[in-house]
Amino acid sequence: MSRSLHTGFFFDEHDLVAAARECRERGIPVVDVVSPFPIHGLDEVLGIRPSRMAWVTFVGGAVGLGLGFWLQYWTSAFDWPLNVGGKPLDSLPAFVPVAFELTILIAGLATAAALLLRSRLWPAKRVPAGLEVTTDDRHALILAQEDASFRDADFEELWRRHGAVDARRETEVES
Amino acid sequence: MAEVLAETPLITGDLTPADVTRDVCTPLEGKPTGLWYAGFLLALSALLLGGLAVGYQIAKGIGTWGLNRTVGWGFDITNFVFWVGIGHAGTLISAVLLLFRQKWRTSINRSAEAMTIFAVICAGLYPVIHMGRPWLAYWVFPYSNERGPLWVNFRSALLWDVFAIGTYFTISLVFWYVGLIPDLATVRDRARGLRKRILGFLSFGWRGTARTWSRYETTCVLLAALATPLVVSVHSVVSSDFATSVIPGWHTTVFPPYFVIGAVFSGFAMVLTLMLIARKTMRFENYITLKHIHAICKVLVFTGSIVALAYLTELFIAWYSGSQYEQFVFLNRMAGPFAWAYWIMVSCNVIAPQLLWFRRVRNNLALIFVLSLVVNVGMWFERFTIIVTSLHRDFLPSSWSGYVPTLIEMGSLVFGFGLFFTLFLLFCRFVPMIAMFEVKPILARRERPVAQPTREVA
Repeated sequence: MSRSLHTGFFFDEHDLVAAARECRERGIPVVDVVSPFPIHGLDEVLGIRPSRMAWVTFVGGAVGLGLGFWLQYWTSAFDWPLNVGGKPLDSLPAFVPVAFELTILIAGLATAAALLLRSRLWPAKRVPAGLEVTTDDRHALILAQEDASFRDADFEELWRRHGAVDARRETEVES
Repeated sequence: MAEVLAETPLITGDLTPADVTRDVCTPLEGKPTGLWYAGFLLALSALLLGGLAVGYQIAKGIGTWGLNRTVGWGFDITNFVFWVGIGHAGTLISAVLLLFRQKWRTSINRSAEAMTIFAVICAGLYPVIHMGRPWLAYWVFPYSNERGPLWVNFRSALLWDVFAIGTYFTISLVFWYVGLIPDLATVRDRARGLRKRILGFLSFGWRGTARTWSRYETTCVLLAALATPLVVSVHSVVSSDFATSVIPGWHTTVFPPYFVIGAVFSGFAMVLTLMLIARKTMRFENYITLKHIHAICKVLVFTGSIVALAYLTELFIAWYSGSQYEQFVFLNRMAGPFAWAYWIMVSCNVIAPQLLWFRRVRNNLALIFVLSLVVNVGMWFERFTIIVTSLHRDFLPSSWSGYVPTLIEMGSLVFGFGLFFTLFLLFCRFVPMIAMFEVKPILARRERPVAQPTREVA
C-alpha cells in the first residue's frame, strides 16, 4: 500500500504547533516535525515523552565513581603498596579528586554517546534531500494521508488556515 | 524597570532567522578579510617563534631556562595556571548560564567555549614541556607496565591535575561538538560539492526532527550540569598543586575558591577581549551588543572584587596566623625584590576593574578593551607572584636565590599566545562562531511571507 506525505512549511513555530495540535485532535497521523531549533511545547502536542537520558548519565557517573575508587584502591593498597611520605595506603580523602573527575568523565561520555546512538546520528550519515530549508528558517510538519477520509483539498485548507508558507505532497511507496 | 529591560532586544537589527543563517555562514563561505589575514600571520609568527624556543629547550634541556634549585617553577607553571584559568569563563558561559537560563549567553557561548578548548590545549602543553623529556609524558597515566607494575601516586596533587585537565578538555570538547552539530547541518545544507561532503561527514546526519531535538535539549542540560561542578573542581585541583605543599604563601585553605574566582575573572577578561575583536572584525555588532558587553563587564567587576577580597584575606591570615614565615612571605611580596610584580597584580586586578562600576566606562568600547587586556596582564602576574615569590626565599637563607627568565623562557610564553590565537582565528574562519539554533528562537520579530499552494513532488 502506498501513502501520501503532505509537508507544510511554517515560518512561525507557533503556527506549526497549532496545526499539529489540530491534526492530533482530528486523528491525522503526524509523521514528523523538522525544525531549525527546538520548538517548546511541541513535545506535549506530539505526545513525546520526556527523554530518559538522565538515567544514562546516572549509570555512567556511578560506573565512573566506582571505577575511580577501585582503580586507586587496587593500585595503591593491593597491587603495589607503596609508602609515600608515611601516608596510609588506603588514603580515602586523597582519592576523592580523581574519583570525582572519572565520575564526570564517564557520565559525560556516556550521555553524549547515548544521544548519538538513540537518535541514530553518526559521522557521514546520509540525509535525504528536500528539507534543506528546515536547517535555515522554516519548520516542516509532515503528515501522512493513509485513507480517503482526509483528502488533498482538506490538507490545502489545513495549511491555509494555519498560515503555512509553502506545502508539498509526495507519494511514498511502501512494500 | 523590569519591563524596560525585557523590551530591549538581545539581538538588534530586526533580524529574521534567515538573516542569522546568512550573517553567520557568510564569513565561512567567502574569502577572509585583510584584517583576518593580518591577525593570522601575526599569530602564526608568534607560534613559530615560540615553537623554536620550545623546540630548542626540548633538544637542550631545562637548563636553557632561568630556573634554579630554589626556584623550580617559573614561567612554565605560571603559563599553565594562567591558561587553565582563561578556559574557565567559556564553561561558565556555556554551562552555568544555560542552567540559569540566561539568554544573553547564546551569542557568545560558542566562541567562549572554543576559547576554553584552545586555552586548555595551551595549558596542558606547559607541564609536558616542563617535564624536560616530553616523549615520556605518557608515564603520568596509570597503565599496566613492566616496572613492578609501578603505578602512579594517586595521593599527589600533580596527578589529580592530569585527571582534572584531561577530563576538562574531553568534556569541554564533547559539549562543544554536540552544540555544534545542528549548526554544521545548517552550513552543510547551504554548501555544494566537496564542502557539502565534508560537512555531511561532520554533521552526523543531523535533520532536527522533533524527537531528536527533545533528546538533544535534555543532553545539553545534562552535560551542563556535569560541566558546572567540573569547572569548579579543575581550578581547585590546580590550586592543590600549591595548597598541599608546605611552602609559606602556598599552604593555605583559601586557595581553591581563590583560584576558581580568579580563573573566572581572567577568563571573562579574555572573553571580553575576543568578543570586542570578533564583533568588529566579523561585523557581529547586531549579535554581540552593548547589552552583552555590559553583562560581561558586570561579571568582571563582581569577580574582580572577590579577587580583591581574597588578596586581603591572604594578608590578614598571614598576620593573624602568627607564623613568622607566613608574615615574611607576604611582606617580601609587597616590598621584596619582586614587589613590582605584586603591585602590577594589585593595580591590574583590584584597582583597574573598579572603573567598570561606571556606565560611562562600560559604554566606552576602546577603554574596556584596554581594561580587559590589563586584567589579563594582572592575572598572569598574580600566578607569577604566587609561584616565584613563595619559592625564591627558602626556609634556609643559604638557599635563597633570585630568578631571571631567559629569552628561551619568554619564547615559551610567546608560544602559548601564538598557539591560542592561531587556533582561535582558524575557528573564526571555519566554524560558525555564533550558535544559530540558539539565537534564532530569541529574535524579536519573525517574518511571515504570503502562503503558496501545494507543490507536487515525485
